[in-house]
Amino acid sequence: MKFWRTPLDSDRVKVPHGRIHIIVERCKGCAYCVEFCPRDVLEMSTEYNQKGYHPPYVKVEDDCVNCRLCELLCPEFAIFCTLKEEEEVGNKEEVGHVESRS
Amino acid sequence: MSNGKPSEEHHPMEALLRMDRIPHIWCSTCGLGTSVSAFALALEDLQYDLDKICIVSGIGCTGRVAGYVKLDSFHATHGRAIPFATGLKLANPQLKVVVFSGDGDLIAIGGNHFIHAARRNMDLTVICVNNFIYAMTGGQVAPTSPLGASCSTTPYGNYERPFNIPHLAESCGAVYVARWTALHLRRTAKSIAEAMRKPGFSVVEIICPCSTLYARRNRLGDGLELMKFYHENSIIKHGADPRDVDIDFQSPIVVGKFVDRDRPTFIDGYNRAMTAKLGEKFEPYGVAPAEVHDG
Ligand SMILES: Cc1ncc(C[n+]2csc(CCOP(=O)(O)OP(=O)(O)O)c2C)c(N)n1
Ligand code: SF4
Ligand code: SF4
Ligand code: SF4
Ligand SMILES: [Mg+2]
Repeated sequence: MKFWRTPLDSDRVKVPHGRIHIIVERCKGCAYCVEFCPRDVLEMSTEYNQKGYHPPYVKVEDDCVNCRLCELLCPEFAIFCTLKEEEEVGNKEEVGHVESRS
Repeated sequence: MSNGKPSEEHHPMEALLRMDRIPHIWCSTCGLGTSVSAFALALEDLQYDLDKICIVSGIGCTGRVAGYVKLDSFHATHGRAIPFATGLKLANPQLKVVVFSGDGDLIAIGGNHFIHAARRNMDLTVICVNNFIYAMTGGQVAPTSPLGASCSTTPYGNYERPFNIPHLAESCGAVYVARWTALHLRRTAKSIAEAMRKPGFSVVEIICPCSTLYARRNRLGDGLELMKFYHENSIIKHGADPRDVDIDFQSPIVVGKFVDRDRPTFIDGYNRAMTAKLGEKFEPYGVAPAEVHDG
């Protein structure tokens, strides 16, 4: 089978971007989300939640491709991802939510 | 949420969970919550009427699943998930009945029910979470514990040959058998959906980290370390001969869909046999559920 390195409709394909929501108080700090995110979007925080666990925080949300892997792997149902509105996609001015929490 | 401050944000899984029971009791880095998400993903794909799906668990950490999932569910006594599910299916054949339970519950105390449900090709989907141990009761050796694994009852290492669950299921007659790890949750979800679509006895084994008892006792770190281990040591081999998929202590794990075949289900067999004997006098059972049950 032939494989095209560049999809024929590459000019029309948009990479999806996601927005991460973390329910900090539900997290048990397992770090599955941080470890397996394909885009290295998340990082463990040094802060504690009420239960005494370190929740993750969003390091670079702009890199998130809304694959939902973090959401599906999270054993606590504490993180999820939603598709950003089209107009927000690629709006570089919006970057900079380092340590942003939901 | 019953504990902590209420969250204003709603996780998509909340629709399928009994939120008054969340947070669940499972330990940090336990993979059970992830296995529940894989099941939810399968339901999303199947788009079945949720009122027609029932879930039955036995006793154990995994057995708690029936209490957390917002479907009609039953938390049976230890080892008896399959007999309860069998009764449910036979009384109400239009239901999709899923058994979600642990390796100890299904393969140790419930082993006899497992082999006979497979032999009869009872129309059930069994999701067997294999964490290689009796977790809930303190980490005793299970019939799935790998040779050499330290358990609270085998402090010098397990010396009993474990069951290979796919081989057991296949040799007893299961029509669909797959194995994945908790890390392969999209593939697990796909297998669960295939298994639920398939009439007959289907088994999806999920190798899953028990951080507190198995990982810690065996000095393997925590559940995250086990997930990384699965990432590096799983070998996908669809169609592998189930005889060749034994699991040794910390050996590579062969995963994939191993069996997908057709055999008449228990109800098919009953209807065929009775129709052959009684002809027109016999009204086949459990077919065309809409007519039979909804008038
Ligand atoms: C008749 C009976 N025997 C023994 C027990 C104790 N018991 C509770 S859970 C369990 C083992 C559970 O192991 P598994 O099914 O692998 O579940 P896990 O906790 O590992 O998820 C045992 C032996 C019981 N509850 N009832
Ligand atoms: S949705 Fe995917 S890319 Fe975005 S943070 Fe989660 S795992 Fe990473
Ligand atoms: S996967 Fe969930 S529980 Fe684990 S660290 Fe991430 S948000 Fe917390
Ligand atoms: S004891 Fe093991 S299986 Fe049970 S909740 Fe804890 S980590 Fe999970
Ligand atoms: Mg177990």
